[in-house]
Amino acid sequence: MTAIDAEVELPGDAPPQVDNLDALESEAIHIFREVAGEFDRPVILFSGGKDSTVLVHLALKAFRPAPVPFPLLHVDTGHNFPEVLAFRDEIAERHDLRLVVASVQDYLDDGRLQERPDGTRNPLQTTPLLDAIGDNRFDAVFGGGRRDEERARAKERIFSLRNAFGQWDPRRQRPELWNLYNGRHRPGEHVRVFPLSNWTELDIWRYIQREKIELPDIYYAHRREVYQRDGMWLTSGPWGGPREGEVPALKTVRYRTVGDGSCTGAVESEAYTVDDVIAEVAASRLTERGATRADDRISEAAMEDRKREGYF
Amino acid sequence: MTETTTRTAPDSGTEVTLPVQTDLLRLATAGSVDDGKSTLVGRLLHDTKSVLADQLDAVHRASADRGLATPDLSLLVDGLRAEREQGITIDVAYRYFATPKRSFVLADTPGHVQYTRNTVTGASTAQLAVLLVDARNGVVEQTRRHAAVLALLGVPQLVLAVNKIDMVDFDEAVFTRIATEFAEHARALGYQDDAVVTIPVSALLGDNVVEHSANTPWYEGPSLLEHLERVPVAPDPHDAPFRLPVQYVIRPRTAEHPDYRGYAGQVAAGVVAEGDEVVVLPAGVRTRVSKVDTPNGPKPRAAAGHSITLLLADDVDISRGDLIAAADTAPELTDELDATVCWLAEKPLKPGAKVLVKHGTRTAQAIVTELSARFDEQRLSSVDAPDSLQLNEIGRVQLRTSEPLPVDTYAASRRTGSFLVIDPADGTTLAAGLIGVPLAPFAAR
Repeated sequence: MTAIDAEVELPGDAPPQVDNLDALESEAIHIFREVAGEFDRPVILFSGGKDSTVLVHLALKAFRPAPVPFPLLHVDTGHNFPEVLAFRDEIAERHDLRLVVASVQDYLDDGRLQERPDGTRNPLQTTPLLDAIGDNRFDAVFGGGRRDEERARAKERIFSLRNAFGQWDPRRQRPELWNLYNGRHRPGEHVRVFPLSNWTELDIWRYIQREKIELPDIYYAHRREVYQRDGMWLTSGPWGGPREGEVPALKTVRYRTVGDGSCTGAVESEAYTVDDVIAEVAASRLTERGATRADDRISEAAMEDRKREGYF
Repeated sequence: MTETTTRTAPDSGTEVTLPVQTDLLRLATAGSVDDGKSTLVGRLLHDTKSVLADQLDAVHRASADRGLATPDLSLLVDGLRAEREQGITIDVAYRYFATPKRSFVLADTPGHVQYTRNTVTGASTAQLAVLLVDARNGVVEQTRRHAAVLALLGVPQLVLAVNKIDMVDFDEAVFTRIATEFAEHARALGYQDDAVVTIPVSALLGDNVVEHSANTPWYEGPSLLEHLERVPVAPDPHDAPFRLPVQYVIRPRTAEHPDYRGYAGQVAAGVVAEGDEVVVLPAGVRTRVSKVDTPNGPKPRAAAGHSITLLLADDVDISRGDLIAAADTAPELTDELDATVCWLAEKPLKPGAKVLVKHGTRTAQAIVTELSARFDEQRLSSVDAPDSLQLNEIGRVQLRTSEPLPVDTYAASRRTGSFLVIDPADGTTLAAGLIGVPLAPFAAR
């Protein structure tokens, strides 16, 4: 076995990255236009995170100078960062996009869902998501998922058929040939569409740099009160922390992913600008999910299990 | 880095500077079960430092849980529960790695006979395929079948990785025998000798995957990664006639753009420039390109692979499904398709079946009028007029479509010469369709 962690690359010494952003952009735009041409009621799943913000940016480019012909859908866990929610609302307003919000808190309040003992709400998103898809009769749902994120995601097609229960069956996926996408579905079924499938985390950041895409501030280094749980820095907040024995500390951190506050960790970072972040990501020895997502640590197949249930 | 190249646009005669993606290689793996594909892919990711510490930790933990003494690199890529339980790859997965010289998108495909359809999936977009054999077994039936499928789908470059070379004591004679046998098969499939490279490797130990191995002093060729970094990537052919399947009509009808009417699509072949004469099919109306609009604003021209929006000089009735093509080299318009199909569904194909054909952006109804041959990919022979085509079988069919389609042969254009066969009842993708019979050895028999 070759030792792989012998040398640590310093930010700034990152190897030069080759430029395939034009090809990735062109592919994503092609996918947006296919969906616009073939489906009746598409929607873009938008969290205000970096991937879904890039998704909206690409949608704007795909239909320019006409407006984006889809609304946005956000599943609000009730544990979201306030600055991300503000960003979400601002993007919808700026681009004159209709925003549909499905709220986990509503489901908890009227008893349709129960709070989990561990306090995390990420797995609870599936029910409101599937209800929102059903109630609005959405037939194509764009997501910002990338195949480089996780092993189960690496198996995902760009057009991924979900049955009437929103379930993914990895053994029955349609072969995806050339750039011919099959969007056929029966009533009640829908298709999840992943235009960023072939992008890596670094591609996303290089595209954000190139296109000067604005993101919520929490992606860049800032001072924040955090506490440590399971080796991750979680933000103090109404989502259940710090608990007894967990000591809050003031740290300079940033987020690599944006999700439910109860299970999304911050990383210690001095990356204040996009350029800093690119250098940091290029040199990082941890994946974004490994570094900051508690829910992926539950089992070897945590992501696959959630996807089978209808989660993204 | 994006390099540029200069060539003459076929229609306007002007000099064109085009960005060429020399930096991204799309490749696929193929090979029998237990030849070690997942281990090879895991090794490539590992040795190119594309595996991050947390992923490696997870593999170390999972390997230890299974009682293994050394980490099982295949666990890096076999992501599904069933795959990890059975130790096999079930479904195609896409992997990303990069070196300072090039970025790679790798379609990691399963070798099981019942999953040959995933080899078709991986191969449909691949510029290169790495075919594995076990050095102890050499070229087997599945190797010959996979090579034929790769040739059929027009994968331009092949690498034969003779894996587990350590298990035959790094014996040069074994390697040479396999290389010679495979070269002969590849030649019969129409590959030029310089499009096929054979490399002795041990995915498990890392010999000749990234670094040259001291265990094979008799081997003077490149390591697998060196070859992947250097092999010329054929860009989409810019000298092919221009083709744009219309995906969507962009009509803002806003105060700012009251008269904008653009035809959006991804250039499937060739180059288009402002002023070019084009024909809209199936209507057959001729007009000129008044503007090439792109997501980054108007440009003088665009080439294969670019997503663009064309504005035309005349007010022509055009909608999704139409094809805009170079006026002088327009494709044939036909409702009788003579095609090769790779059957991907459990339900067999029978003559008389009513199906849907998705060609470009148009989906037409079709009837299978004739099933004229079934190909035996291993023996490179064919059987005339079989009763049916079963899962994973390849055959020649005639289809009559409800409307005329503008088609090229697959040999001339991978994009406008291909189509999907879809089940109208439940939307299942039944087959990959290739117009014409692209494999000479099959056609001859």
